[in-house]
Amino acid sequence: MSEDIKQKPPLDPHLKALENEAIFIFREVAAEFERPVLLYSVGKDSAVLLHLARKAFFPGKIPFPLLHIDTGWKFKEMIKFRDGIVKQYGLDLVAYTNPRAKTEEITPFTHGSAIYTDIMKTQALRQALDIGEYDAAFGGARRDEEPARAKERIYSFRTANHRWDPRNQRPELFNIYNGMIKRGESVRVFPLSNWTELDIWRYIKEENIPIVSLYFSKKRPVVERDGMLILAEDERLKLAPNEKVQYLDVRFRTLGCFPLSGAVRSKARTLDDIIAEIDSATISEREGRMIDKDQAASMEMKKREGYF
Amino acid sequence: MSGLTLTKELVATSEKNRKLSPLKFITCGSVDDGKSTLIGRLLWDSKAVKSDQAEKLYRDGRRNNSELNLPEFALLLDGLQAEREQGITIDVAYRYFSTDKRSFIVVDCPGHEQYTRNMATGATKADLAVLLVDARIGILEQTKRHTMIGSMMGIKQFILAVNKIDLIDYDRERFEHIAREFSEFALSLGITNISSIPISALKGENVVNKDYENMAWYEGNSLLETLELANVKSKQSVGLRMPVQRVCRPNESFRGYQGTLVGGAVKPGDSVIILPSEKTANILQIVTFDLVRNAAVAGDAVTLVLDRNIDIARGDIISSIEAKPMMGYHFDANVIVLSENALVPNKYYWLKSACRRQKVMVEPYSAVDFRTGLFHDVERLELNNIGKVKLHFDEIAIFDSYEENDDMGAFIIIDPENNHTVAGGMISSKSEEIRHIGADNNDEFVLLSMPKKVAEKLQNSEIYKLLEEEIKQIPLQGKISKS
Ligand SMILES: Nc1nc2c(ncn2[C@@H]2O[C@H](COP(=O)(O)OP(=O)(O)O)[C@@H](O)[C@H]2O)c(=O)[nH]1
Repeated sequence: MSEDIKQKPPLDPHLKALENEAIFIFREVAAEFERPVLLYSVGKDSAVLLHLARKAFFPGKIPFPLLHIDTGWKFKEMIKFRDGIVKQYGLDLVAYTNPRAKTEEITPFTHGSAIYTDIMKTQALRQALDIGEYDAAFGGARRDEEPARAKERIYSFRTANHRWDPRNQRPELFNIYNGMIKRGESVRVFPLSNWTELDIWRYIKEENIPIVSLYFSKKRPVVERDGMLILAEDERLKLAPNEKVQYLDVRFRTLGCFPLSGAVRSKARTLDDIIAEIDSATISEREGRMIDKDQAASMEMKKREGYF
Repeated sequence: MSGLTLTKELVATSEKNRKLSPLKFITCGSVDDGKSTLIGRLLWDSKAVKSDQAEKLYRDGRRNNSELNLPEFALLLDGLQAEREQGITIDVAYRYFSTDKRSFIVVDCPGHEQYTRNMATGATKADLAVLLVDARIGILEQTKRHTMIGSMMGIKQFILAVNKIDLIDYDRERFEHIAREFSEFALSLGITNISSIPISALKGENVVNKDYENMAWYEGNSLLETLELANVKSKQSVGLRMPVQRVCRPNESFRGYQGTLVGGAVKPGDSVIILPSEKTANILQIVTFDLVRNAAVAGDAVTLVLDRNIDIARGDIISSIEAKPMMGYHFDANVIVLSENALVPNKYYWLKSACRRQKVMVEPYSAVDFRTGLFHDVERLELNNIGKVKLHFDEIAIFDSYEENDDMGAFIIIDPENNHTVAGGMISSKSEEIRHIGADNNDEFVLLSMPKKVAEKLQNSEIYKLLEEEIKQIPLQGKISKS
């Protein structure tokens, strides 16, 4: 460990309690499941998840692979960042893309966000989990993100078809998790369940966790489309005649596929700026994300289908 | 005190605040008592509701509280479609908010009797319960049931929020009558930490800020102030306990035991005992990612390195030598049944507690009647029943009483046929009595059932050897099968 980490002041009791809880969950799953996997989306929640996993198993290595569902439409910077992290920490990362993307030329522009998300994210995830025969998949979802998640368990039980049945989840008492499943069944595990967006940012700051710089404000080329500010860097983005590129101070609150992740105007250039911005936020974090808006209770529908 | 309303203040203090551990509390009440309004009010006033969510509420809400220009909070809280369709809360939901003093986890529990299990689930690990009653109605059977369940699950602090006080003209006498009735009941259960607060969730009186206008007669704190001052459970003063979660062996030279301390504290040089093997060792190092530490306390997730090689596996307990947990084959416990399938005797279940998983037979013998608060005899426990059982193990089990250490005294029971969590439970004590199964009318002989290990010990004992010849003369009284 480097010197500056050694001199780090201790975490406040609130963050410490969240960290301890997450480490306990990581270890419990590693001990009880045969083939766990960490779903790594390259975003800030994944960064925290990865950091906690490294802490949980230290001085050993993380005893399971990372899985990245790559739609092929992620921000370029995300992929560069991902590959850097993998190298720096010596991680075992599997990247998976649904082969239908190529054979059927599925893109967010041609197929609409609902169909595209289903094929390239939900179905791709299911395929990758089946191929890897993973029986436990860690995800970075938080209960504060969205009402359909407020009732999610830490161990979210999935049938052999990856289905989530909100009425048939196992009760969770104390901090004793029932990890017994039949062959083919699996659990999604959410060690960050009790974290809020603000906790994530404060923890990133306290622990010095590297994150993609898209989260910080910078002058970036964007076009306005359907009320969203889309990053205009990728040559696959074709502009309509009436659209034009502007350079604005923007940042991203959530990162996913660049055509579906809108930027927000912001001057937050540092972690402190972001923390201040969030505390007085007027837009909740998922608002920039198209996927939740498709239909009422859409997240619940997607979860039932096997999305996170 | 305007503390909560300005988010900028929160930012300014966010570095210094949260000196206190987060407080987890449950809220319970009957339908229409105003629970959603109350939680919504707490989230709203602490700015935990973001404006796009708020807009959605104004848009979707049919019966807006237009006079106060507040949204219909219930829509914010009832997350699942099934629940929105039925207009009730079924499942436990978790909400988060914080003030400049402390962060909170609100566990929103459903009221109906048929969801007792969800209430019990929510109550585990909670520090405090807020029970909501309608000032016009007062204490209900349900209020008492929630108090009993909460108390059984180990909650020691209760707040009775007497809501809709505006609808009875802030009637002090009526409030005091309700508060008195509740105190008498709670005291009869052994609960001593009780606060009753008259509130109007709708108008926000005595919720975040104290009301000095309509209820000048009330001298206590507002609900939020009371929550900020509440205690969280701490287990640093009891004996050291670290259930081993996994063994970490990254290379030949390193062997560490990973787990979370659930009691006491530890530092390098301390002597410890490993259970169940009862071997002793000294702590060489406490390893964490950040640094090699010179102490760890209850709650910390650590890796312990010992000064000698002992065979230690997942589920073993690293304990202080002076204050050891109980070890035995038979324990008394309280349980709450969570599954449609009843908890039945003469069947092997899995019991999981503190990283140990072992086979167990459960012998239910009584259940609570929520109307009277009394226990009556039963032979099995059905869904939503709370009752007393004896646990019988084939292999030695290790527990503290739940009262002494709620991590070492808690367990879940899993049905091996379908892997469902059938029940949750809390150890009350060890019971070393030998089970008496087959005594018939012949009072000269009795048949005893006991764990193999106990029988072996008995057979090796001096007394047994003295009596061996006599015992061999006893005619066999039929087969006992135990599967
Ligand atoms: N007058 C008055 N009405 C209230 C108060 N709290 C809640 N209500 C109303 O009581 C009704 C039920 O409240 P709600 O929060 O939905 O109850 P829940 O079923 O317990 O969640 C709603 O119409 C609320 O506006 C209060 O303090 N005073």
